[in-house]
Amino acid sequence: MQKALGDVFTWPADEPQLKGGRCRDCEAVTFPRQSRCPRCGHASMEEHLLPRRGTLVSWTTQGFPPVLPYAGDPTGASFEPFGVGLVQLGDQVRVESKLTESDPDVLAFGMTVELTVVPFYVDDEGDEIMTFEFAPVGDDRRS
Amino acid sequence: MGEVAIIGAGLHPFGRFGDKTAFEMGADAVELALADAGAEWSDVQCAFGGSWEVAQTDPLTGLLGLTGIPFMNVFNACATGAATIQQAANAIIAGDADVAVAVGMDKHPRGSFKMDPTLTNVPAWFGENGQFVTTKFFGMKINRYMHDHGISAATLAKVAAKNYRNGARNPKAFRRTAVSEEDILASPVLNHPLTQYMFCAPDEGAAALVLCRADLAHRYTDTPVFVEATAIRTRNYGAYEVNSPWAAVDEDVSPTVYASRAAFERAGIGPEDVGVIQLQDTDAGAEVIHMAENGFCADGEQEKLLADGATEIDGPMPINTDGGLIANGEPIGASGLRQIHELVLQLRGEAGERQVPGDPRVGYAQVYGAPGTAAVTILAR
Repeated sequence: MQKALGDVFTWPADEPQLKGGRCRDCEAVTFPRQSRCPRCGHASMEEHLLPRRGTLVSWTTQGFPPVLPYAGDPTGASFEPFGVGLVQLGDQVRVESKLTESDPDVLAFGMTVELTVVPFYVDDEGDEIMTFEFAPVGDDRRS
Repeated sequence: MGEVAIIGAGLHPFGRFGDKTAFEMGADAVELALADAGAEWSDVQCAFGGSWEVAQTDPLTGLLGLTGIPFMNVFNACATGAATIQQAANAIIAGDADVAVAVGMDKHPRGSFKMDPTLTNVPAWFGENGQFVTTKFFGMKINRYMHDHGISAATLAKVAAKNYRNGARNPKAFRRTAVSEEDILASPVLNHPLTQYMFCAPDEGAAALVLCRADLAHRYTDTPVFVEATAIRTRNYGAYEVNSPWAAVDEDVSPTVYASRAAFERAGIGPEDVGVIQLQDTDAGAEVIHMAENGFCADGEQEKLLADGATEIDGPMPINTDGGLIANGEPIGASGLRQIHELVLQLRGEAGERQVPGDPRVGYAQVYGAPGTAAVTILAR
């Protein structure tokens, strides 16, 4: 069966969302949710689902297999470089995420991206672990 | 400040040393620093040590002499070496000791740094997802910086080539061969736009300083170098820093900016007074950004400064004269102390074929690392 990586996005869902946290006292938003607010320090964080679309504030590529505890193939045998971006979701928060696109000629500052959930790896029990990524949308999508 | 003098500096070479342990390298570095100071281990009244790989550094006393002194362990990731200096200086200012040692040593396995993310309060899934990779943060930061401030990939290559060239003049450097800008740009892209030869590598080494009450320094040396300021800062809300799954929309500047301002204020000088500079060049882009974050230029001016050779040993703002992290690698505990060792040599006029001309009087060192911790040390003769 399919399982979600961590507990940081709604799944299964037709329109998955990242599970952030929002401070009841100062309205700071974090991803993922945490127990205490990083701005005011109060233990007043509640779950807050984040917008699905955002813009790319910055991006890079991951050109080599990440070291353990990377759950993908760390031997590098089946490794494919992937894109990584800092995505601003509305005026709420910026999240760091893998991107479905890794071509520097396609990735662009300010491009619109949308959350998607994709297969990541199969664990020792045969379950398919799903992870989240952001994908270019609309006019920003290229083939 | 100025109440504390560095009277001795010792550096075990950086690189790969087979079976030699971190402790053996650390003991060698302390012995070199003591010899440089004309002091004995029995003169040392307290010590501060830093390392990533060993559980604690104070077992060094078993190699140096079991004199019973207080020996504290300090760890602030890439800012560890600077933290040992600050603590040793503060112990002297507080009157706890007249003579103190700061020492750092490490022996990292090959390849990029590995650790359990939860040990630094980062969720496990972040690592499982392949995001607990420091180099990716540096790629993301410089990519945006280049876009915003008109810095070219050619400038990144110039920074790396300069550091390899300086390393070739440093007998204790890890990388001692010049590398052309073309080869740097043509090496594999690790994290766009950063290529393999633009990055430093974890390696092995040790460095140590002997510090002393300034008014007693004359007992040991005719060429004391004074600690004018130390400042360490963690990240503020709004800063986007290494190993973080998120950042606030309201951007704040890096902790380096706060540490730099605090250190200059305490030293009572400005960037224009500095004659020799050491900056954290985890990668070539980091050196470019740190030039501005430390106040040595405005954002974007690096493009012309590098084209003009301003940061070369004989330029107006010499940076990483010993080759920096790019040529020396990064044994984390020792790296910040290596920076200070180089500044001490430069301020004494003892840096040999990499000596900055014109008798520099003020030296400046900055380190930066996870999870957004920066330190600045200012020295003067």
